[in-house]
Amino acid sequence: MSKRNPDYENSFWQKFAMWCSGDYDPAKGKFEMKKPGQKSKGPNIIGKLMHILAQEESIYASERDKNLRTFNRFYIIVSVALGFLLTILLLVTVSQLPRFGDANAPENNEVARRYIEKGLEETGAVNIVAGMILDYRAFDTFGESCVLFVASCCVLMLLKEKKPEPEKRYDPVNSAILQPAARILVPIIIIFGIYVILNGHISPGGGFSGGAIIGTGFILYQTAFGFEKTGKFLSEKFIKVITVLALSFYCFAKSYSFYTGANHLHSVITPGTPGAILSAGLIVYLNICVGIVVACTMYSFYAAFRRGSF
Amino acid sequence: METLRILLLLFLIICAVSVSFSKKLLVSVVIYMAFSLVMAIIWLILESPDLAITEGAVGAGVTSILLFVTLKKIRSIRTEYSEKEQEEE
Amino acid sequence: MVSTFFTNYEEVASCILFVIGMMNLLLQPNLIKKIIGLDIMDCSVYLFLAAKGYIEGRHAPIYVDGVTDAVNYINPVPSGLVLTGIVVSVSVSALMMALTINLYREYSTLNLDEIMMKLRQEETEKLGRLTYGAVEDEE
Repeated sequence: MSKRNPDYENSFWQKFAMWCSGDYDPAKGKFEMKKPGQKSKGPNIIGKLMHILAQEESIYASERDKNLRTFNRFYIIVSVALGFLLTILLLVTVSQLPRFGDANAPENNEVARRYIEKGLEETGAVNIVAGMILDYRAFDTFGESCVLFVASCCVLMLLKEKKPEPEKRYDPVNSAILQPAARILVPIIIIFGIYVILNGHISPGGGFSGGAIIGTGFILYQTAFGFEKTGKFLSEKFIKVITVLALSFYCFAKSYSFYTGANHLHSVITPGTPGAILSAGLIVYLNICVGIVVACTMYSFYAAFRRGSF
Repeated sequence: METLRILLLLFLIICAVSVSFSKKLLVSVVIYMAFSLVMAIIWLILESPDLAITEGAVGAGVTSILLFVTLKKIRSIRTEYSEKEQEEE
Repeated sequence: MVSTFFTNYEEVASCILFVIGMMNLLLQPNLIKKIIGLDIMDCSVYLFLAAKGYIEGRHAPIYVDGVTDAVNYINPVPSGLVLTGIVVSVSVSALMMALTINLYREYSTLNLDEIMMKLRQEETEKLGRLTYGAVEDEE
């Protein structure tokens, strides 16, 4: 029993046994004890940072760096290959499609037939597209108008300037060509826009196109006569108020028609005689709302880009 | 009719290619304007007058105006910077 | 199979336009041209949709003389989809242009590669300031 193996002295297992009984501390004398909160010394973090810094500098120091050039070549090759692949894929898909203008194609299904056959009777709109987007899918169009409003708010936020830019040298103020032309053209453009909006349910057009035409008219007026004259009737507050009013009118009017329709209640909105201006139920009023929103959005985009505010 | 369709579509593709190869930004914006106008004609041929009116007003009108104004704004920012640099010198 | 290429010109053209717009997005370093490329992609998708709704020999979806027979008019559904899409695409491109102007104000260039280079340089400078600041503190 007492015959010890000489190899056992100072071996790993002896140390392990001592550590188990608590006589031995393997960490003693090997680690430097430090108080917490003291700064770390030595070549740890700063050395690493220096290393990264050196690497970064070597990467972008010269534009003609080898790595960057290889990457660029690789990128161009891969994207051109992707383009070819996509073209082939899309063309193969097109080759499987039915013939152009085929009446029996799967997309001309009962949905379109239902819209065409029952549209006049249910909505009273002569223009099937207007009846579709402002009656059957009216909440979808409401969402689109809200998208426009939010986009104009975002652009105003992004381009907001503390002090509006003064009229700069590029502005064609007092131009001998632009001002007389604008004086003749602006009323015609705006009246045409109003015509397109009000006839949205009878002829091609509607809120989106008419609003864009009116917005273009405002833009032309501003370009010719400057912000001072435009600001008299198109201030920031006015545009905000009228847009929100139009959106909320749209929301409430359509909610009313959905409420009465879903509960089979009597509704005061009737399709009316097709072809008249005041017919097609709510479509005229909704067209006007959409037109106001689109026109204000287009003008506020332009004003934001031009000056940073109204 | 078929020839007209092919011609208009070819014009579209040529416009789209030349947008990326034109050296001046102003030229590419004007080419994009022409692209939108031809698009409006194609929609008239495809029997969708609603789309033609909207594209004529929005695509050819407002988008191009906004692109022009963006270019103008960028130019005015550039002159602002160069003026500042001159003042510092 | 290939015979549809000689009747479906619109679809073929919209595929080619889509790829051209995407190549513009991928390979063009200029931000304004990237925006125009995205608009071209938009237009190609609308062209495809509108071409799907067309039916040969029929008229625009507007009732003539109160005739409500479905064989007289083309499919109105793609027109309705595209109509709202066109207007929303303008607001998207306006938002992108606003961001481009802000980028130009910050970095005074429209080239995306240069902007990335400057961004990286700025980051490295910040890192360097951190490093050398720590070294100075120690000294």
